[in-house]
Amino acid sequence: MIETIVNRLLLSIPVLLGVLILGFVLVQVAPGDPARVLAGPMAPPEVVATIRERMGLDDPIVVQFMRYMGRLMQGDLGRSLISNKTVISELGAAIGPTVELMFACLIWSIPAGIAMGTLAAVWRGSLVDRVIMAFSVAGVSLPIFFICLVLIQYLGVKWQLLPFIGRGGPLWTVDGLRHIALPALSLGLIFIGPVARMTRSSVLEVLRLDHVRTARAKGLSERAVILRHGLRNALIPVITLIGLQAGYLLGGAVVTETIFSYPGIGRLAVGAILSADFPLTQGAILVLALAFILINMIVDILYALLDPRVQKK
Amino acid sequence: MAAPLLSVEDLRVEFGVDRNVFPAVDGVSFAVDRGATLGIVGESGCGKSVTSLAIMRLVSVPPGRYAGGAIRFDGQDLLRLPESRMRALRGGRMGMIFQEPMTSLNPVYTCGDQIVESLKVHSDLSARAARDRAIELLDLVRLPSPAKRVDDYPHQLSGGQRQRVMIALALANDPDLLIADEPTTALDVTIQAQILELMKDLQDRTGTAILLITHDLGVVAETCDEVVVMYAGTVVEQAPTAALFGDPQHPYTVGLMAAVPRIDVAADRLATIEGSVPPPWQVLAGCRFASRCPLADDRCRNEPPPLRAIAPAHRVACWHAPIDGAAA
Repeated sequence: MIETIVNRLLLSIPVLLGVLILGFVLVQVAPGDPARVLAGPMAPPEVVATIRERMGLDDPIVVQFMRYMGRLMQGDLGRSLISNKTVISELGAAIGPTVELMFACLIWSIPAGIAMGTLAAVWRGSLVDRVIMAFSVAGVSLPIFFICLVLIQYLGVKWQLLPFIGRGGPLWTVDGLRHIALPALSLGLIFIGPVARMTRSSVLEVLRLDHVRTARAKGLSERAVILRHGLRNALIPVITLIGLQAGYLLGGAVVTETIFSYPGIGRLAVGAILSADFPLTQGAILVLALAFILINMIVDILYALLDPRVQKK
Repeated sequence: MAAPLLSVEDLRVEFGVDRNVFPAVDGVSFAVDRGATLGIVGESGCGKSVTSLAIMRLVSVPPGRYAGGAIRFDGQDLLRLPESRMRALRGGRMGMIFQEPMTSLNPVYTCGDQIVESLKVHSDLSARAARDRAIELLDLVRLPSPAKRVDDYPHQLSGGQRQRVMIALALANDPDLLIADEPTTALDVTIQAQILELMKDLQDRTGTAILLITHDLGVVAETCDEVVVMYAGTVVEQAPTAALFGDPQHPYTVGLMAAVPRIDVAADRLATIEGSVPPPWQVLAGCRFASRCPLADDRCRNEPPPLRAIAPAHRVACWHAPIDGAAA
């Protein structure tokens, strides 16, 4: 098991390097001049030129990248061009809320998706199945911003049940929970659909297998057959899907955080890109990439825990 | 004579929906005595597996349907038993072994856990005692180093070893009846012999009755006291093993035996039975074997032959029985 984790960590180094190069180049080719941003729109061209020179923006791109990497190795991500705070402190403040949002989203949507998929499989072809599948297709097809807006319109504005602007505080406070409810609900709704569909088809497939017949021949109750021998085996592909969907979820978080003015990494990244704040943009890209790698590693570990055949290789 | 442990009476199992319903098992009757071994032989699709699943009431409904007859196990009709009492019998007084040892065990649990699970459903053994019993069972089926193997996952075992685990599983709660559906078909020949020997040996020790489903006449000759030959969902011949092999009466049985390759007779081609089994949805007025039978006449094609006794304990469903001088 430890070997698996170490292997995965080593494998993630080239991935991370690729992300760094790509992120750096993208920021270079994006419109907007960092020197101009720093100097302000009214500054005379000489001032901008001086800043350009001081920041080393006239050097070849390779030299700039090496310099960036050198600083990165020392843990220096630079300073935000807009707020002049260190990028580390900006990211540090935004990471907590995003992790909270992810947690609040996954904690309800994964169990709900798996439960819905299992019920749909067990009552295949029934009304329950059709309602769940319709719900899941809607979740897959509706764009996240639309779901957010509909929830805000009804739960937030019309019925005034829940707040929909900003963060109320840490997750363990009542206000924190109230504020995170709508973003977590919106984000979870797009996550449930694929999980429910995958669980349904996977459970249906597993319930046809020979070992399920053996389980029945042992005299197990239908519930035990479905939960212990059906769902347990069916979860293996579902976990893979959850890992893949997590990338989509990070993207969804960018939109969700922006719509709900939620102070997380996603909103920070959007703000940084729109204001051409390139050190902060690169930092946000780095954090999102790290999150993606981490999630995939967790999935690989879960995979090995669920399927003994994976471990022994 | 004591009542048989299991008696299947005029069993009919249908498959399909709406108008496309056809019988996979059509009027099958036989009985298994305590401690005896009954073989059911027939080619693929003759209904022998469905019959065995029906006895455990494991035919999935729908698309299956128990359309008639009775299955009496120790006096109670299994087809009318409530599901909870049926569950208590499954894996308890009736154990079952399946054809595919490679896929019949759940890959995500250890062999021991799967045996323990069955023990715990049917008794209130402690976790410790159940585990000890599982090791004891693995030892009984002669799995080498059972105390270590008990924690192995199925993929760590060979096919023959997995079938031993399946047998241990089926025998976990000392069943009165063991149903073995082609237990050796997926195994190679040397392992087949070992598994059959093991089953016979365990039967001698535990007194379990065995219902052995197979298409292999060699297996039948070696292990069974009595044989039922099935063809296209019906019983065509039933006799004690010696009588069946010595004096087969149904043309289908004769054909089956002629198709077994013999080491002492030189032959360029193996004998076959011409034609193929009629599909179950084809409605036939007469004998289902008529289209392939060398003896068939108009009566065979128009009137189904009843199963009738031509000797004590030897019953045949053929208008031409008894045939004399039939060569085996």
